[in-house]
Amino acid sequence: MLEPILEPNKDAGSSRDAIGLGKAAGSGLNTRHGTILTLEDISVSFDGFKALNNLNLYIGVGELRCIIGPNGAGKTTMMDVITGKTRPSAGQAWFGETLDLRQMSEVQIAQSGIGRKFQKPTVFEALSVFENLELAQKTDKSVWASLRAKLSGEQKDRIGEVLHTIRLTTSAHRPAGLLSHGQKQFLEIGMLLMQDPQLLLLDEPVAGMTDAETEFTAELFKSLAGKHSLMVVEHDMGFVGSIADHVTVLHQGSVLAEGSLEQVQADERVIEVYLGR
Amino acid sequence: MNQPLMVTAAQKAGPRLTTLAGALILLVLLALPLLSLLPADSPFQVSAYTLTLVGKILCYAIVALALDLVWGYAGLLSLGHGLFFALGGYAMGMYLMRQASGDELPAFMTFLSWTELPWYWVGTEHFWWAMCLVVLAPGLLALVFGFFAFRSRIKGVYFSIMTQALTFAGMLLFFRNETGFGGNNGFTNFRSILGFGITEPGTRAALFFATVLLLVVSLFLGWRLARSKFGRVLTALRDAENRLMFCGYDPRGFKLFVWVLSAVLCGLAGALYVPQVGIINPGEMSPTNSIEAAVWVALGGRGTLIGPLLGAGVVNGMKSWFTVAFPEYWLFFLGALFIVVTLYLPKGVIGLLKKRADQ
Amino acid sequence: MPTALYRLILALLLLLPLAANADDASDFAVANNSQQAQLLESWAAQPVPARIELINSLQQGQLTVDGQTKTLRLNNRLRGLIDTALASHQLLAADPTLRLSAAQQLQKSAKPAQLKFLDQQLAGESDSDVHAALSLALANLQLVDADPAVRLAAVRLLGETGEPLARTRLEALLQPGVETDATVHTAAETSLAQVKRKLLIGDLLGQAFSGLSLGSILLLAALGLAITFGLLGVINMAHGEMLMLGAYSTYCVQLLFQRFAPGAIEYYPLLALPVAFFVTAVVGMVLERTIIRHLYGRPLETLLATWGISLILIQLVRVMFGAQNVEVANPAWLSGGLQVLPNLVLPYNRLVIIVFALAVVFLTWLLLNKTRLGLNVRAVTQNRNMAACCGVPTGRVDMLAFGLGSGIAGLGGVALSQVGNVGPDLGQGYIIDSFLVVVLGGVGQLAGTVYAAFGLGIANKILEPQIGAVLGKILILGLIILFIQKRPQGLFALKGRVID
Repeated sequence: MLEPILEPNKDAGSSRDAIGLGKAAGSGLNTRHGTILTLEDISVSFDGFKALNNLNLYIGVGELRCIIGPNGAGKTTMMDVITGKTRPSAGQAWFGETLDLRQMSEVQIAQSGIGRKFQKPTVFEALSVFENLELAQKTDKSVWASLRAKLSGEQKDRIGEVLHTIRLTTSAHRPAGLLSHGQKQFLEIGMLLMQDPQLLLLDEPVAGMTDAETEFTAELFKSLAGKHSLMVVEHDMGFVGSIADHVTVLHQGSVLAEGSLEQVQADERVIEVYLGR
Repeated sequence: MNQPLMVTAAQKAGPRLTTLAGALILLVLLALPLLSLLPADSPFQVSAYTLTLVGKILCYAIVALALDLVWGYAGLLSLGHGLFFALGGYAMGMYLMRQASGDELPAFMTFLSWTELPWYWVGTEHFWWAMCLVVLAPGLLALVFGFFAFRSRIKGVYFSIMTQALTFAGMLLFFRNETGFGGNNGFTNFRSILGFGITEPGTRAALFFATVLLLVVSLFLGWRLARSKFGRVLTALRDAENRLMFCGYDPRGFKLFVWVLSAVLCGLAGALYVPQVGIINPGEMSPTNSIEAAVWVALGGRGTLIGPLLGAGVVNGMKSWFTVAFPEYWLFFLGALFIVVTLYLPKGVIGLLKKRADQ
Repeated sequence: MPTALYRLILALLLLLPLAANADDASDFAVANNSQQAQLLESWAAQPVPARIELINSLQQGQLTVDGQTKTLRLNNRLRGLIDTALASHQLLAADPTLRLSAAQQLQKSAKPAQLKFLDQQLAGESDSDVHAALSLALANLQLVDADPAVRLAAVRLLGETGEPLARTRLEALLQPGVETDATVHTAAETSLAQVKRKLLIGDLLGQAFSGLSLGSILLLAALGLAITFGLLGVINMAHGEMLMLGAYSTYCVQLLFQRFAPGAIEYYPLLALPVAFFVTAVVGMVLERTIIRHLYGRPLETLLATWGISLILIQLVRVMFGAQNVEVANPAWLSGGLQVLPNLVLPYNRLVIIVFALAVVFLTWLLLNKTRLGLNVRAVTQNRNMAACCGVPTGRVDMLAFGLGSGIAGLGGVALSQVGNVGPDLGQGYIIDSFLVVVLGGVGQLAGTVYAAFGLGIANKILEPQIGAVLGKILILGLIILFIQKRPQGLFALKGRVID
């Protein structure tokens, strides 16, 4: 089912041991194997204000990375850069080894395998839950194909599977606009699953969810990691603690600290930034 | 336990009723031209006036349907569809003018003391080429405009006003005598089409049939489109374009396709309108006409296929009655209609009926 | 004896004008057409101050002989000759402006017989403007002088002027076979080129001025639209009708002045300004509260609803004032113009409107940047929800801003009434242009609107003579569409992270 566009180096990408390799990226070519996303010296400025400032970030294949940081640290802008919505004024952005994200349109980036969930859940409200998933499905997305598209049994099964995963089977034919906030979050995650991307960018995925839903999401993400690479921006430290063992702290547009949650939380500078000491 | 059953029953009765009403209307529309062929003293005879009026309204209904495809489904409110309609009409008019003038230049050109046809008139004496122009002129214009507009993601109010400016520019251009389309007066005094006299009852009936046929075909096309994945992508585009892009769809292609299709449908409607009404002039391109089409769609209910037809029928029926009975008050009525529909009927008459049916 | 003789001569001299006057009048009365023409020509060549009254009355078509006034039948040739003779006599007047207009008249119509007289006058002329005008009139005559040297001097003199008339004269001279002397011919060619260059400058300045003028009108029309569009994200299609209402308010104020204060009619536009502002602002606020408010967040529907409003307003005005244009007259201080170059007159009404538009922009800027209301408007424009959270009464701000936008349109209407026709369809022609200004200028900054309005105005007027008004408009539309490809936010836009 998973058809990676990039064939990652097997031994490097087998598990989460890709984590941390990125730090040594400058030392040699080989170290970059197993890195699915490479951001180097990325800067973005809006009217003189530097939203991102020489940001360096590497995500390994199959990794689940959490990004935390105070408001205005540049988390969303970073996602905008990765998905092609904002063009960096300087720096490099590579998807895998060969795809230069700066040269690609939003659509090309999405088609090449980066999926994104917005901060505010956005689903197609006029369409039913089933149709939402159908549109997201990984398939030929040209005009011509859409005109003649018919769902195969296999595709229907896949939609059913995802509906089950996100616990919306009973609402399959309700308009998505009628779902609760938490259900919309799940639907959007489900759409990402249908899209079957290599790299998932999730902007505050558990905002507005109940505790039970949050817990379930954490389970879901953990099961996704390994098969997919995930980058999760979240404020909920409990959630972050439950899913990630590797955390990056952004501050004022660049990386402040990186490491396990414990390490990061013990970091003097991080405490300073968060508590304003 | 009974309630779901009731709901399904109502839902089933809804389409059945619509189908029945649709079939009945289609039957009447097919009967009209035949009745018009009856001798004048027959009690069932339909006058040429009535036939022309209904034919005209049917052409407008096609425009409404075309507009609904881009507005109701893709969320692009065009205020320039009159331009595509008129272009189709002018293409047909060129053929009709050549038919009327025979081997000589069309009368208005002789009047301007031109000695030869401008290059874009070449070949217009052939019906098939005129038909190609009917499709090509609005289609290519829509393609070029749409390409640039969608490339720079012009949407919402910006798109609406740009299209309005476009049709306004078109009107100014066609008002000029030098443009070679009869200036102010446009084309009129047609004689024959494909060798048949244009005022003959038989020709009128045939043109009417063709209009009904085009309407049915457009409806079918719209229905197929709305039910396809393409239609769902359009709806998605209307509601959350960014989400759609991050799903991997390129919105430009989808917009462009439906936009050009809509323009071509309008062009075809215009081409059938001109021989029935007997005149085409730049007034058809005035922004007022295009925006009026938007209220037909809004009144009937956008995002549905029947709504626009209903809206076009009701508003134009009212218009022909009002402008005879109370010409002074038509604009008041039309203005009030714009306001009432947007304030109280966001989903149009069809939406209202659906709501009733659901209750 | 010498004293007596002296006295006699003096008495005769004093009588002479009277006698001359009486004689001239009766001479003219008895003469036939061609004799009258001769008389007039001779008078023009040798003007006498006393005759001026006679010629003045001749110009009115009346002749008084022996206390009896009779009406004359004059043909065009005689009328022209009378004008020339009158101008000739007016050159003797003490008032320099009178002399100047006389000299200008003579540039067109002086006859060779007047050469000597003009030469004398030129020598005695002290006013520099009159001197210049008179020397031109003389040069015109000298062009047909038998002496090539005189002609040469005349040609050179003509070359130094920027008069449109000099061009026609020189062109006539350069017709094949007219000028035989080679030196004069070459000089005429140089002079013609010189004149043409000077005229070109005037033409270009004229175009630039009409561009500025159009720009200021577009600015007045678009400014209010930019405010409401920036605030609500909605195009008010009835905005053009606010211009129209402003113009009709001016008309009504003018009517009231005619009826109740005819003495002060000169100043009616000054009162029309607050009236128009008030009327349109109130109409705008009422519309906002009753209709537009219910449509926020649905911009396309608002577009349609406001179009409906515009239809109703147009028809209302048609019913109340008739479908014909109404007459709004320029007061005297707005008519006429400032002569800058021989072929460039800047009409006062347009000059005043440019200044007025800039003043309105300045006041709007003050209002938006220096008052509490302005602060609220800017806050709501940038982030409606946040502003509401901070306790900004967004509903009231919307209403007031809509009133302000409409009121500015009303002021624009007063200005429009001074330069164009006032009819029910007045506003329809401006809505598209105004929106293009807003598109080009970007939302949220006054500067963008100002640049875009003047830019579009000048571009329009520069393209107009080259490719025609219609093609110019179409070209500009195309350019704007291309421009949006590069800068979708317009010239000036607030940059920032796009929030979804």
